[in-house]
Amino acid sequence: MSSQLDDMYRDIILDHFRAPRGKSKLDKKDFSSGGHNPSCGDEIEMDIKEENGVLKDIHVKCRGCAISVASGSILAEAVKGKPFEEVVKIAEEVRKILKGEEGVLSEDLEDVDALKGVRKFPVRVKCALLAWLTLIEGIKNYKSEDGKENPTISTDEDDK
Amino acid sequence: MPTKTDKRTTGSGRNDTGIDTNAVRADFPILTREINGHPLVYLDSAASSQKPKAVINSIVDYYENYHSNVHRGLHTLAEKATNAYENVRGRTAQFIGAPHVEEVIFTRGATESINAIASAWGDDNVGEGDEIVITEMEHHANFVPWYALAKRKNAILKKISITTDGQLDLSNLSEIITERTKVVAVSHMSNVLGTINPIKELAQAAHKVGAILVADGAQAVPHMPVNVSELGVDFYAFSSHKMLGPTGVGVLWGKKEILEKMQPFLYGGEMIREVSFEKVTWADLPNKFEAGTPNIADVIGFEAALDYLENLGMDNIRRHEIDVTTYAIEQLSKLKGITIQGPHDATMRGGAISFTDADIHPHDISTFLDSKGIAVRAGHHCAQPLMRAMNIIATARASFYIYNDRKDVDTLCNALTQMRSYFGL
Ligand SMILES: Cc1ncc(COP(=O)(O)O)c(C=O)c1O
Repeated sequence: MSSQLDDMYRDIILDHFRAPRGKSKLDKKDFSSGGHNPSCGDEIEMDIKEENGVLKDIHVKCRGCAISVASGSILAEAVKGKPFEEVVKIAEEVRKILKGEEGVLSEDLEDVDALKGVRKFPVRVKCALLAWLTLIEGIKNYKSEDGKENPTISTDEDDK
Repeated sequence: MPTKTDKRTTGSGRNDTGIDTNAVRADFPILTREINGHPLVYLDSAASSQKPKAVINSIVDYYENYHSNVHRGLHTLAEKATNAYENVRGRTAQFIGAPHVEEVIFTRGATESINAIASAWGDDNVGEGDEIVITEMEHHANFVPWYALAKRKNAILKKISITTDGQLDLSNLSEIITERTKVVAVSHMSNVLGTINPIKELAQAAHKVGAILVADGAQAVPHMPVNVSELGVDFYAFSSHKMLGPTGVGVLWGKKEILEKMQPFLYGGEMIREVSFEKVTWADLPNKFEAGTPNIADVIGFEAALDYLENLGMDNIRRHEIDVTTYAIEQLSKLKGITIQGPHDATMRGGAISFTDADIHPHDISTFLDSKGIAVRAGHHCAQPLMRAMNIIATARASFYIYNDRKDVDTLCNALTQMRSYFGL
């Protein structure tokens, strides 16, 4: 069993938990997005800077369990410097993978792949999903006409 | 079955509280199993206790030998089942010091009992602008039914706050309980903080203004002697499954004169005196409140739980838990990063100990402990208003019962130490 535990709390995950990336605040942001997980109280906020359709920089602040913190950190590292289209694509693939569907990740996303271990702990899938859903929602909202408002998502709603 | 006079035979407990945990453990089949390769250390009795063989066997015996519906047959089995079922009512009344047997109503659980009071008593006695007083430390079971009643009636929901050490703040009680107060609903023992609340004083304060006091005893009855007459309360609710009994059985105790006036909350068979197309009259207590076929088997199982507890002695159980709780608070306090919520003096509290770690979320704590065979609860414990008041999102909770001893505390503390190094802290 300890191996199952180690499978969720992989070294990569614990490394991100202990030293989350995307911690420094941005000098300037173009939009923000927030999310929470009412059933366990995880909370996440992210600020994002855009430049010519590229996610130039991201700041992630997460208060929650090791999985949600690590997931936010892995996200920050994985999406920085990528065009929004690609970012959304990655986030959608992560969502599929965490929900137990087929998903494809390019090889450079090894850390993202480490989130897979969570699937053996169904109640924790939400924790891993939180950051990715918050990002998808934020981008969707930024691109839509009435943009600039800060959306807030709740992972419990995503369950329905 | 262990008795009050049993002496501890091994060193596992190191205390002499009149309860031999090794003998007790031997009565609980589930406690012999392993979880994730480790012997189970069950520290989640505040959510639901485990069951001794005697309880399990009494249900089997009932189904194998005298199952029948109650109150409606004239044959041998029906009579035997009815007698057995009604006998438990008497035993329950005795157990909680109820003056009248018919004041004991069987429900599905504490939640159903409180809902019944809030709707049947509440609808007739609470009106617009009236006040309902609850506390900040209520379980949702003793909060949401009152919230809903207040909404229905345009009544005002008021709360007694908590102090930083997890007690009720009674300093401004006379501003909270007023002439407009109709009901004060308070938990006898908090499921999060362990705090034992001054029910008797609160009942007096309620009565002074003509209000009633409803006590949620879900955590108190399993762990300490409770006497509803001495407490002076008007209603008292609790669940069988937290006190060694089966799930699906609860008790609603109410003062006879209040219950007699109260409307039924379920309608159907068994709760009537006479039915014609034009007119229906209600049965007397307790049947008026027990429409339909009750949970006969589990009520009978509940009697075996009462037997077990009485045999150990509720005073001994309380003493034993004070001992284990004192030791647990002492040991947990020594651990780096751990903060204990609620009173630190075990004589003022029960054995449900909520704690947080400065760096590790309660869900990670629970997952890690589970990998070591230790079952604790993590989350908001159905007390979100309390979590908000304490400004935390969740806690981990270890709760102790008759089958736990100091050794379990050591196992928990060792695992928590390992946990911090596992997470690299
Ligand atoms: C203080 C308190 N009140 C009420 C309840 C509800 O009990 P039940 O779920 O058995 O109805 C609980 C159970 O968790 C509790 O701890």
